[in-house]
Amino acid sequence: MYRYVVKRLLFLIPTILGVTFIIYLVMNITPGDPARALLGVSAPQADVDALNHELGYDRPFLEKYVNYVTKMFFEQDFGKSYFTKQSVFDEIWPRYIVTIKLALIGIVLSALIGIPPGILTAVKQYSLWDTIPSITAFFIAAIPAFVFGMLMLFFFSLRLNWLPSYGATSFAHYVMPTLTISIPPAAQIMRFTKSSMLEAIRQDYVRTARAKGAPERVVIWKHALMNALLPVITQIGLSLGVLICGAVVAEKLFSIPGIGSLIIDRILYKDEPIIIAGTILISICFTVVMLLVDLAYAFIDPRIKAKYTTGGGRE
Amino acid sequence: MPYRENLGDVLLNVEDLRVIYKTDLETVAAVNGVSFTIKRGKTLGLVGETGAGKTTTALSIMRLLPSTTGRILGGKAEFNGRDIMKFDDLMLRAIRGNSIAMVFQDPMTSLNPVMTVGDQIAETIETHNEKISKNEVKKRVGDILTLVGIMPQRMSEYPHQFSGGMKQRVVIAIALACEPELLIADEPTTALDVTIQAQVLNVIKELRERLGTSMLMITHDLGIVARICDDVAVMYAGEIIESGPVEDIFSPKAHHPYTAGLFDSVPDLRSDAKRLKPIPGLMPDPTNLPPGCVFAPRCSRAMDICAREHPKKTVSGAHSLACHLFGGTGA
Amino acid sequence: MAEQSGGPAGASFKRQSQAREIWRRFKKSKGALFGLVLLIVMLAVIACADFIAPYRLATKQNLAKKLAPPSIEHIFGCDSYGRDIFARVLHGGRTSLSIAVMATITSCLFGSLLGAVAGYFGKKVDSVIMRSLDIFMSVPDLLFTMAVVVALGANFINLLIALTLAYFTNYVRLVRSQVLNLSEQEYVEAAKAGGAGSVRIIASHIIPNAMGVIIVNTTLNVSKIILYESTLSFLGLGMPPPAPEWGLMLMEARAFLRTSPHLLFFPAAAIVLSACSVNLIGDGLRDALDPHLKS
Repeated sequence: MYRYVVKRLLFLIPTILGVTFIIYLVMNITPGDPARALLGVSAPQADVDALNHELGYDRPFLEKYVNYVTKMFFEQDFGKSYFTKQSVFDEIWPRYIVTIKLALIGIVLSALIGIPPGILTAVKQYSLWDTIPSITAFFIAAIPAFVFGMLMLFFFSLRLNWLPSYGATSFAHYVMPTLTISIPPAAQIMRFTKSSMLEAIRQDYVRTARAKGAPERVVIWKHALMNALLPVITQIGLSLGVLICGAVVAEKLFSIPGIGSLIIDRILYKDEPIIIAGTILISICFTVVMLLVDLAYAFIDPRIKAKYTTGGGRE
Repeated sequence: MPYRENLGDVLLNVEDLRVIYKTDLETVAAVNGVSFTIKRGKTLGLVGETGAGKTTTALSIMRLLPSTTGRILGGKAEFNGRDIMKFDDLMLRAIRGNSIAMVFQDPMTSLNPVMTVGDQIAETIETHNEKISKNEVKKRVGDILTLVGIMPQRMSEYPHQFSGGMKQRVVIAIALACEPELLIADEPTTALDVTIQAQVLNVIKELRERLGTSMLMITHDLGIVARICDDVAVMYAGEIIESGPVEDIFSPKAHHPYTAGLFDSVPDLRSDAKRLKPIPGLMPDPTNLPPGCVFAPRCSRAMDICAREHPKKTVSGAHSLACHLFGGTGA
Repeated sequence: MAEQSGGPAGASFKRQSQAREIWRRFKKSKGALFGLVLLIVMLAVIACADFIAPYRLATKQNLAKKLAPPSIEHIFGCDSYGRDIFARVLHGGRTSLSIAVMATITSCLFGSLLGAVAGYFGKKVDSVIMRSLDIFMSVPDLLFTMAVVVALGANFINLLIALTLAYFTNYVRLVRSQVLNLSEQEYVEAAKAGGAGSVRIIASHIIPNAMGVIIVNTTLNVSKIILYESTLSFLGLGMPPPAPEWGLMLMEARAFLRTSPHLLFFPAAAIVLSACSVNLIGDGLRDALDPHLKS
């Protein structure tokens, strides 16, 4: 098994390098003038050229990229913000933690909200317990996260005055943002759980379990569910993109000091170091979580586990 | 019914069982008035082509038809004198796996891929023996595995680590874990290689002898019938068209044309030169069965009456068949 | 079957009857029909937007009418600059839906082409394309789109490029697996054995058979892109103002939510209705094209 883990961990390195390359490439399509941005419009041209040279911005693209990645990995140095003139890393790191926190709560919550109704709709297919949640999920699939967030904002914060409308200082502050983040992927997860569960219920081994005289509760919860949830784990990983999109929206909508709202705010000022660094950091987090999902799957599914267990299954 | 042994001998008595599959689009008449009995300690072979309703009959006895489509329209299935069709869920669960067990056709899909085979066997035992200790369960699982010819150490392995024949042995072990009175084997060897088929068949045969289990053996293989069964019922388009002791069915006397056709379409190494005679045509559309004899459209000896009137059962001793050729006066 | 003997006339006859069969099955689903009617009505209204409410109404500011609630004159009310929301919703729909449809088409073409190449040529070509795709997909869609918009600037073409790059990946995987799957099918083997060239095999066997899955996915993708595009414009990454756009209108509504919920309601309803109608059609098409999936 550890061979599999090591293999996947090693694959993380080229993936992260590739990701940073793509982002760096895209952001360098239009030639920037970082020194001019740092020193301001009134600085003499000679100073600007000197700083550009010092930062290595007059070098060819590949050299700049290698330079950037080396500094990033070994010194946690992402350069200086054009806007605040502060170290990008210092500015981003606390906000990064906020975003990761939001996203992790979002993952757990979307699974918790999505899986139970998915099972229910499959087990009670064609009854009201199926139609009502299914129709709800259908509508949620057509509502963008920010509209959902605004509706909650309108009802719970402005009309009912139950929850604060911005900031991230107490538990109550997190309720609407985390729901905004987790409801859209939860609808996806629910629909997927339903079809996976319906598929599992039809399998022969479920009939075998019934033929043993096992009570319906054991048949559904033990036999069908255990098999149905395996592909759902992968689906949760795939929902991560939707989730991050939701995190950016929620940060913007509820004025949460996370990395997403930072990037959006700095787009106006063309603050490239912040945008590049923020995008790279979120992508790395995304890649790592995807890897964890894959590993979780491999640990739970005995078929994959056995493939990598040394010595194989047979005595 | 003129022919009936005293009740003490009969383990299962199925009478006039009728089953349909109903979907939005169509209604399939899968089993149409099937009756048979299985005597204690004996094996009944249920023979017929794919789609004749054999599996549906078996699933109905277990009351395991797919709940969304399958419907039992009527009939009885008396097991030890009690009609299973009238059982509630609790009573059904008490007999499933305990007094009636089933071995399914495809061992590849019949086992839960994420549970160890030991746990899957133990589940049967634990379901029907609530106060049993963990160690006792483990010991019994080991014993059963040994019985079906698998090393007990392998109980902690997963189904994908077993070959097809071994998986079917596990399925048999699950079925026999509580030493049922009746074992329903639904084409237990069809999905296996020929050499493995013989092994699995031997396992079943040996266990039946050792445990004294009665069996309903569903198959389309007449060779298996000859080797294992005491009685035979031939099924066609949801009806039993001929039944009797295996000697009667295999002896060259009066047979339903379909039974005769079945024997003619099987190669026989001992008899030389005779060409195989396949039965022409296909089984009738189960959504739209012919009004008379269901076999009439394919029957080479069909008469006028066959298309009009459904044949009644003719009985001679233990042998009965439903065909106008032999049923002059009816029964 | 009939295709072989019937020649071009037979083939077109077969295609026609196939389309009729799909339509017959599609009609059976009430939801799908409702979605289709809803979409047609919305498209018709949006197409006639210039006659119903001229574009200048959507951008004309009138501070006297600031945040006016719905009335007979302005049936959806006015926004914070006193612009007519009805006109803005109509013209915003024109922008949003045309971007969504065009981005779907371009991502479908680009992705399918790449997928077909990967699937058909296999080996090195395949592994290079698929490995790059894996890495590409490790960048969350929204961040990548942001990067593209920041680098290139926000306008219709760049938005189209950004959306295409965010959505083509689905098609690569889909078409590649279809091609891999289909090229193992017996009728394709038979065509190969019959000496048909690769282009001919792709054109006459693989594309028609992969079409069903692609159509269903494309339909469902339209609604995803509608939602995604509205999110982009909500974040200020869409068309530059004062162009009316649903997401942008909602962003502007954020500040006046307490007093003027009509600013939220109408653009949000427009987004949800259009996405719903497309989803209904997509689900109906899926059931109609592949009856096996339904049971």
